[in-house]
Amino acid sequence: MPASSSVPNSAGRFGDFGGRYVPETLIRALDELSAEYAKARVDPAFQAELDDLLHHYVGRPSPLYHARRLSQECGGAQIYLKREDLNHTGAHKINNTLGQALLTIRMGKKRVIAETGAGQHGVATATACARFGLDCVVFMGEEDIRRQAPNVFSMKLLGAEVRPVTTGSRTLRDAINEAMREWMNSVETTHYILGSVVGPHPFPVIVRDFQAVIGRETIEQSRQQLGRLPSLVVACVGGGSNAAGMFYPFVEHTGVELVGVEAGGRSSQPGDHASPLSYGQPGVLHGSYSYVMQDEDGQTCDVHSVSAGLDYPGVGPEHSYWKDAGRVSYTCCRDNDALAAFNSLARTEGILPALESSHAVAKAMELARSRPETDTIVVCLSGRGDKDAAEIARLTAS
Amino acid sequence: MPVIDQLFASLRAQRRKALMPFVTAGDPDLEFTAAVLAELVARGSSLCEVGIPYSDPIADGPVIQASYTRALAHKIKLAQILEMLAAVTPRLTVPTVTMVSYAIILRHGLARYVADAQRAGVAGAIVPDLPVEETAELSAICRKADFSLVQLVTPLTPRDRALKIAASSTGFLYYVSVTGITGERTELPQSLIDSVGWLREQTPLPICIGFGISTPEHVKKLAPAADGLIVGSAVVRRMAQASTKPRDAVLRDVGDYVESLIKALA
Repeated sequence: MPASSSVPNSAGRFGDFGGRYVPETLIRALDELSAEYAKARVDPAFQAELDDLLHHYVGRPSPLYHARRLSQECGGAQIYLKREDLNHTGAHKINNTLGQALLTIRMGKKRVIAETGAGQHGVATATACARFGLDCVVFMGEEDIRRQAPNVFSMKLLGAEVRPVTTGSRTLRDAINEAMREWMNSVETTHYILGSVVGPHPFPVIVRDFQAVIGRETIEQSRQQLGRLPSLVVACVGGGSNAAGMFYPFVEHTGVELVGVEAGGRSSQPGDHASPLSYGQPGVLHGSYSYVMQDEDGQTCDVHSVSAGLDYPGVGPEHSYWKDAGRVSYTCCRDNDALAAFNSLARTEGILPALESSHAVAKAMELARSRPETDTIVVCLSGRGDKDAAEIARLTAS
Repeated sequence: MPVIDQLFASLRAQRRKALMPFVTAGDPDLEFTAAVLAELVARGSSLCEVGIPYSDPIADGPVIQASYTRALAHKIKLAQILEMLAAVTPRLTVPTVTMVSYAIILRHGLARYVADAQRAGVAGAIVPDLPVEETAELSAICRKADFSLVQLVTPLTPRDRALKIAASSTGFLYYVSVTGITGERTELPQSLIDSVGWLREQTPLPICIGFGISTPEHVKKLAPAADGLIVGSAVVRRMAQASTKPRDAVLRDVGDYVESLIKALA
């Protein structure tokens, strides 16, 4: 069946994927969130307030930029960058955190918790909480605290408490576990601003909808600047929120090819990558049914990526749906190729992309080489790379 | 009649309550788990819950979570746990149920999980991350096999929803005492007894209270309100000493502790 944009259903199912596999303790809060979101989504005042924030506070619309020198270096299709890196806080994450902060206030809650991998969602959550006077606690794996130190400092400056997570692999997956546990304890007074299109219903649909502004703007800007829609749209996929926001408005424009790029890590061996759509199979993790890296017993596998934001064994259920429906092709990009793309974009365009986004840039460069000059490729440049400078220096020195 | 139904029918007839300890399988190894199960039954436990270690247990507090991590660090497999249970359950005079994440059941295959667990002498499953909306398929398989599927109600569950869960649950209903994760608490909420009392009037299903229970005082206070009480983290914490202390001493310690709770039931 072709992919539809009328998903999920009321049970949070994107085809077979999604649903709600969480302890009973969280059900009432998820029901409450679903109900509040259903009201907010059709409330013109809510939409107007969010649009106003996105315009005056975030700086939207973000530009669609023709990367001429990068295109020239590749020799082939023309590459355009959707500049989410120019948003306030330096990534797409703020689109979602402002929306969910408004929902938090509508629900009468005054405290927010969040998980973060690369720290971008943590910073965006801390920012939204500072803007609205909400208490904020961010869970972050110890390994990620090490490799994304500048963001940890920013979160603290913004008044958030950063709680180091020392369990498991001490990365994004464990940060989500700890945030969920904390939510179990404080669910009556606290909203959990989940940062990606993962987790139990209604998170995947809420985050997708708040991020869909990326794809909607891209469609409008393509029509204005190119006179048509792009041939191809590329985005990186960890949990998959920037990709979901970019792809969703394009789903029914079937002439546009959509490519999701997972973290290929060091190799295709288990444990060396974070590519559940490429190498995993359907299973349950963090409250939803989706592709996941699991062993034969259903235990989540350790994964690896040079980029903290993609270092995650699961993926949003809508991506699984798009994969099985054949609407989006998913592929992966190795650590070294992402680092090389980081350098290319820095040197040809004067733009430091986030290591996460560098995966999409690498794939776009590869695809551009095999396509005619008349083709256009839009890359979702989901975030800026300043946060990664020290880690890249460390990696390239060793 | 499913084994757990027989258990509670007989307990109710004798006006007795159940004490149900929880143990993590494979912490530090399965040989010890088997020994603990035998000890717990010898001391008078009415039912044993066996936790199948899972890599991402979001309902569990630090004690059980750490025990799962230790067990998984030794590469423990579901097949080995079921093998251990198959060897030990024929000697146990009370039923065992597994506490198991849906991620594990789904990966194993729903029908295959129930069949394999039953072959190992297991009477039912508690699946803490499977809310009532998602249970239809597993529930149908369990009913057909006379395998109990114990479901959970919490203090935040609205009353109409609690009734729906009670109608779907089999064996007993697991009443979660607190809003939060597993782990010992000093105080348990006062409203708990009233809430359980209301629910017991609505359903013939036995109701057992779990989460946070750790002292004979807790047991004394809660036992009259319920059909049984579940003790997890406090047992697992004592079992965890087995990696550093002589096993006989740890077994005795766990046994003495559980016996002290059982004495407080009466």
